[in-house]
This record gives sequence, C-alpha cells and structure tokens, in this order.
Amino acid sequence: MYVAVKGGEAAIANAHALLADRRRGDRSVPALRLDQIVEQLALGVDRVMSEGSLYDRELAALAIVQARGDMIEAIFLVRAYRTTLPRFGYTKAIDTGAMLVERRVSATYKDLPGGQLLGPTFDYTHRLLDPELAAGGDVAEPLQRASEAEAMQRVSAILAREGLIEPDGDMPQDHVPGDITREPLEFPMARDIRLQALSRGDEGFLLALGYSTQRGYARNHPFVGEVRIGEVELELDVPELPFAVPLGSVRVTECQMVNQFKGSAKAPPQFTRGYGLVFGQSERKAMAMALCDRALRASEFGEDVVAAAQDEEFVISHSDNVQATGFVEHLKLPHYVDFQAELDLVRRMRAEHDARENAGKAEEKREAAE
Amino acid sequence: MTAQATDIATYNFAYLDEQTKRMIRRAILKGIAIPGYQVPFASREMPMPYGWGTGGVQVTASIIGPDDVLKVIDQGADDTTNAVSIRAFFKKVANVAVTTETAKATIIQTRHRIPEYPLTTGQVLVYQVPIPEPLRFLEPRETETRKMHALEEYGLMHVKLYEDIARHGRIATTYAYPVKVEGRYVMDPSPTPKFDNPKMHRSPALQLFGAGREKRIYALPPFTDVVSLDFEDHPFEVQTFDQPCALCAAENVYLDEVILDDHGGHMFVCSDTDHCEKRRAEGHRGHLAPETMEPAQ
Amino acid sequence: MDIATQAIEGSFADPVFDAQTVFRAVMDAMARPGTLQPLPIFARPPAPLSATAGAIALALCDNDTPLWLDPVLQAPAAVKSWLGFHTGAPLANTPADAHFALIATPAEMMALDGFSQGTQDYPDRSTTLILQVGDLVSGAPLLLEGPGIERTATIAPAQMPRHFVEQWKQNNQRFPRGIDIVLATPDGVACLPRTTRIKTMEA
Repeated sequence: MYVAVKGGEAAIANAHALLADRRRGDRSVPALRLDQIVEQLALGVDRVMSEGSLYDRELAALAIVQARGDMIEAIFLVRAYRTTLPRFGYTKAIDTGAMLVERRVSATYKDLPGGQLLGPTFDYTHRLLDPELAAGGDVAEPLQRASEAEAMQRVSAILAREGLIEPDGDMPQDHVPGDITREPLEFPMARDIRLQALSRGDEGFLLALGYSTQRGYARNHPFVGEVRIGEVELELDVPELPFAVPLGSVRVTECQMVNQFKGSAKAPPQFTRGYGLVFGQSERKAMAMALCDRALRASEFGEDVVAAAQDEEFVISHSDNVQATGFVEHLKLPHYVDFQAELDLVRRMRAEHDARENAGKAEEKREAAE
Repeated sequence: MTAQATDIATYNFAYLDEQTKRMIRRAILKGIAIPGYQVPFASREMPMPYGWGTGGVQVTASIIGPDDVLKVIDQGADDTTNAVSIRAFFKKVANVAVTTETAKATIIQTRHRIPEYPLTTGQVLVYQVPIPEPLRFLEPRETETRKMHALEEYGLMHVKLYEDIARHGRIATTYAYPVKVEGRYVMDPSPTPKFDNPKMHRSPALQLFGAGREKRIYALPPFTDVVSLDFEDHPFEVQTFDQPCALCAAENVYLDEVILDDHGGHMFVCSDTDHCEKRRAEGHRGHLAPETMEPAQ
Repeated sequence: MDIATQAIEGSFADPVFDAQTVFRAVMDAMARPGTLQPLPIFARPPAPLSATAGAIALALCDNDTPLWLDPVLQAPAAVKSWLGFHTGAPLANTPADAHFALIATPAEMMALDGFSQGTQDYPDRSTTLILQVGDLVSGAPLLLEGPGIERTATIAPAQMPRHFVEQWKQNNQRFPRGIDIVLATPDGVACLPRTTRIKTMEA
C-alpha cells in the first residue's frame, strides 16, 4: 500500500523553527544587538546597504542577524523590503566634489591640494591576528586633524584642466536618469543605467571581472586617479519651494580610475575614465566597478570587444547576486515532472541504441561465421 | 512581536505597492493584446528567491481580489513544499480563499504542469516561468533574440529541432517544448512536459506567464491557437504511458514515477494530485490503491 | 464647486480594491474581446470625463504613463487637474508620446495611426485608447473574431471613429504593432485588442 507524502506545511514550519533555534545558537551567549553590528561589523553593514540598494544601517544590521551572517541572504532581505517602499521623489545628484572627506588617496600624484589622507584603512596593517581584540580590550582615541571635514578638489578636475582626460560623462540636456528598480533593463544600455546595475552588482563577481582586465582580458591600463570616502549631502527639489531641501547625508566611496588611451578614429590620445560609486566604505567594490565600467565602454572608444568584462549583456545580466543565487538555488526545487519526461526519452533512446548494437553484433557474428 | 519590533519594517497589503501593481497590470494587458509576445516589465524583488516563482507571484498579486479562490500547484501537486509556501504567502498577505480543487479555483498558479481537469471560461492560469525566451539556448543574447522575434525569423529553432531528428531519430525536447501562437510568435510554454502543450490550444481559460528574474510577462487569451512546432514527416506527439495510474487507474494523464524500495520497485501515479484524489473519491481504484480512502487530514 | 475641490474629490473610495476590480474588468474585457464587463460607478470625475473612463484612468495611469486627452477633454481645466491630482500622469506632448489616450468624442477623433503604434522590436510601446461610448448596441454592428473569441462576437458601439472598419483593418495589418482600444460605456467596459478582426457584416 502506498500513502502519498503529505504535510508540507508542518514540515516547513518545523524547519523554520529549527532555523530560528540555530540562528540564536547557545542561549547562554548574549544575543547580538543591532547597534553592536552597526558599530562593529560596519563594513558588512555597508555591503548589505550597497548591494541591497537601501541606505539604512539598522535594517542592514537586522538583515545580517536574520541571515545568520550570510551576506547574499541579507542583501536579498533588504531588497525584498526596499521594493515595497513608496517612492517620494529623486534627490538631486550628489556632489562628491563637496564631500566631507575622511579618506582620499591618489596613485597618480605624490602630493596634491588637500593631501593624501589615509583615514580608517586596512592598508599597511600587518595581517596578524590580534589576540587583544578577542579579549575585548579598550581602544585608544585616534588622532585626527582639527578640521577633519573639508571639501577637496577631485583629481579628475586637476587632470581636466590640462585637457588630457576626456570630459566627464555627459548626458543629453533633457536626459532623465533611468532607474533600474522601476524600469525593465534593455540592451544596449545608457551608461547611467549601467552604472546603477554595477553599483548594486555582486562584489565578488565585479572583483573577478576587474581582476581579469588587469591580467590581460581587455587590459585598460588603469591608474587610481583617486579613491575618496566620506559624507555627501542629499538634497531634494520640491516644486513648491524656491530652494533644494537638505535631507541629510550618506557615506559613499567613489573611485575615479584614469585609464591610458592611445586614441582611435573616434577620439584623440587622452586619458579616459572608469567610475565607481557605492554606499558606505568599500574601496574594493568601487575600484572593481571602475575597472568594469571602463571595460564596458569599449565600443564608445572604438575598441574591440574581446573579453567577458567588456560584454555588457554578459556582465550586467549576471552581476546581480540576488538573481543569481535564486536561480542557482532553484535547482533544488522539485523537477520530477520534467525529469520523468527526460527519463522516458533516455530509456527509449537507450533501448533503441542497445537494439542497434545487438543487431550489429549479430551481424558481425554471422559474417565471421561465414 | 513587540511594538518596537513592528516599527522597524512594515509591508503593504498584498505585498506589492499600488504603483507596482499598476505597472504589472499594464504589462498584462499588453501581453493579452499581443499573444505570445514577451512584454518587458520592471520585475520587483519578492520575498521568495528569483527562480522560485517570483514572476507568477507578481502576476497573481496584481490580479487577485477578495472574491478570488486561489489554487497553487508545483509539479501538478498542491502539497509540494513550494506550492504550500506560495499558497501560505497569499493567505497571509491577501487573506484570500484557497483551494486544492481545480474546478473551484478562479486563479491557479502553477509550476511545470497544467491541471488534467479541463479549465473553464473565467479561470486564470498563471505560470511561473524560469527562462521565457524560447530562443535563449540557441542564442544567448537578448539583442539578437529580440531581432529574431521582430523579423519573425525562427529558422534557427527549426534547424535545432531538425538536428535532433537527424541525430536521435526524434525531436529530443520533452518539456518546455516551443509553440507558435496565432501563427506569429514562437513562445516558451514554461517547463511543462510537452504532454500538456495541447491543453494550451484554444483553452477557454486566460493563461498568463510571469518570469520574475528575466522580467517578462506574456499571455494567451482564451481560444488562442497554440501549435507545437513540428515537421510534416515528424509530427508533434505527446508522451504516452504504458500503464494507468497505480492509485486511481486514470489513463491519458501525466504520471510520476515513484520509487518504492531499494530493489528497483516503482509505480506510476498521477502528477495532478487533485485529479487523482477526486477519482479515488468517485470510487476508481488502481492496482496499488488501498481498499478504502485514507481519512481526510 | 471650484476647480480645486473638483480636482480633489471623486476618486476611488477604496484605492486598493476599487483599482483591482476595475483592472480585472479591463483584463477580462481585453481577454474576451467584444464582451461587456459590467462595472459599477467607482469614480466621479468632472464632466465630460465619464465615470467609467475616469475609473480606468485611476486604475491604470500614474506618473510613468503620459496621457493624451482629446480636445473636448483638453478644454476644461477641471479634467486635467483631476487626472493630474489623482493619477500623477503627465500630459503627453503629442498623441505619439502617449501611453494612454482618453477620448470623449470618438466620432470626431484623429486617425488611429496618429498614436504610437509601438515598434517591431517593442510592439508593447503603443498607445492604449480609452474611448467613451454611449452604449454597445446602437451603433453599426461589428462582427468580431480572433484570439479571445470562441467563434464570433458582435457589438455595435455608438459614436465610433469615422471609417472605423477601414482604419481597424489597417491596424490589424500593422501587427504586432498597433493600438488597442478600451470602450468605456456607462455600465462597463469592452475591448478591441489589436488582434481582433472585424468581419464585414452582411447587410
């Protein structure tokens, strides 16, 4: 006698109860508070905000806890919440030139107005595990400039004065910036749309693609013109008011990559640009994004499209980790109806194949016997 | 949940905001007006992963109202985990009546099957679609496939099917078998077994297809011509089964193979669980069916 | 009533469920061309915008959908401000830019091919016309066939555009490009998607 499997609902509920238990772990260990995550796992929070496309540290921290530290799951949680939020309007474009800079480094000049500002960086730390952190010891107050926050000219502006770098990307006067969260993607895409997709793209995917350009798969001779991290003001134009309304500020990381370009039929020899901008502090992501942006501009400069990083449909269609993880993981859903269809086909084809083989063997035997 | 816990994140009724629903509704209307054409839409992140029915869920969430009765199936069954999960989602966010009975449902969301019980006028069948582009495996680029649809240039598809015949003696596509709609658009029927293709042809029900990750919606209005691609010398044919359902003795239905033991023992039972239960309730018995119905759970 | 008050009143009493009901009627009408899907009165827009056409606009239009109004609807400021206030839809500069067109006097309207027909690549980028008609029985009878229609259907909408049958034939010939029509009557809604063919009625 056969009894069909039932009780999916109960099984799901039980599985989720077990998940909640494992998430909490040993009850004698204090539960994590969101402020602890916001303060002490800040770069993880930044990544979730950036790829989740929602600037809210507390929600990102909640997502990280809920996801048990699985970053892509946390990003997914934030995205699925973000998508339900009503849209009040679009702020004016942020001005990263007016950024209150906490860190700014340039690889193209030894010194420059505003100076090289190392800021809170892992660079030049020796990667030695620090047992004192495990002990939770006190941390000394840092030394900082008296006026930490001041606007600094961007390196691209310095280069532009000499006319040796292409002008900053311009859109036609009446161009309304697109919004990848409200409009379906269409290829080929305008650069504003492409940059949005890259900015929320998976850090690991963009890192690997950016790296591939350095290893010769569409090499684009990059120099870090500048990486800067700091706070920028958000302003909203309200039709009824004569001035833009300040809404607060967000922390962003911007990378301006300066790329050598020997010129083509379309453009004179000059430096070209690759651009990266992400929420929070993530130089790796901003730099990888800038490398990919420059690679994806190949056709603009009349360069041959020869490598994966230059292929817009390939890069943008596969950069979103929420989409990627969903589709890869959906393979564990039941597929037995389709599998049954394939099973039937393979059985039939196999039977025909074996019949042919046997017939062939019989024929050989007969010939040998003759 | 404490007051503080509820303050941090709240969701809209029926999950989608009204603007999103309007956008999806407009895409559905265009899809109905251009049968088989894939309408791009700004698919949203949903609270279930891409690839797990987000397209179907967005379509259902955009059409469903308080008077609707919803049925959700996966592999033909109402009790597979993903079907249970999606049904629970709509119960929670839209407080809608649900059923497992095909005839009682006004909206049926499905993955991989079309119910055996014939659909009727007024019913809507919503398909979850992973890859809506029937030409995708022949040409990975959207820019190219869009041109092919625009020019009605489907030679590549016929070449592929014909290569199958040359190599295997038959068309080796058993599911997601491409169809031509009203003599114009070649369409992916979603990964339903080709057994179900004939049910799409001139169905009295409205058929809507949602592909969330790929951001496409398409549709078949009722009484629309849907023809499976084939060749004169190799006409389209559906799968047949050598034996009836082991539980309800149904013939000419799609069967799942169930493994019974470690020694290769197996049996074939209806993939459409509602259809099978109905038949058993009517007294039909297959050779492995228990003598009496197990009590309802 | 002044324009400001007129602009603010007369929208859906229950925005979520009213929009769903109106959409479902339009969807069913589009899926089964030639059938009248009844609709109660959900909206009270300023004249000459009809209750049905107003409700359809509320259900489907927003700031992503430029709207075109025929001259009769264009004229009174109250209609524009009502639509603007409740839907946020911008007015289209030309009929060819419009996602939706609201037409109060179809008998006097411009040619169908003046609206956006979509492109061969994106035939969905076409204008959907919402025509206000008095009824579906007093005009010239149209015998319909095509997807959504089991055999044939007949409607006789009043006040249809001039040379409609000839214009519609041309619309069919542009397929997959072309416009779709929503007929808004006082009792409900019927549709003519671009796939519907009009068989000439034998006299």
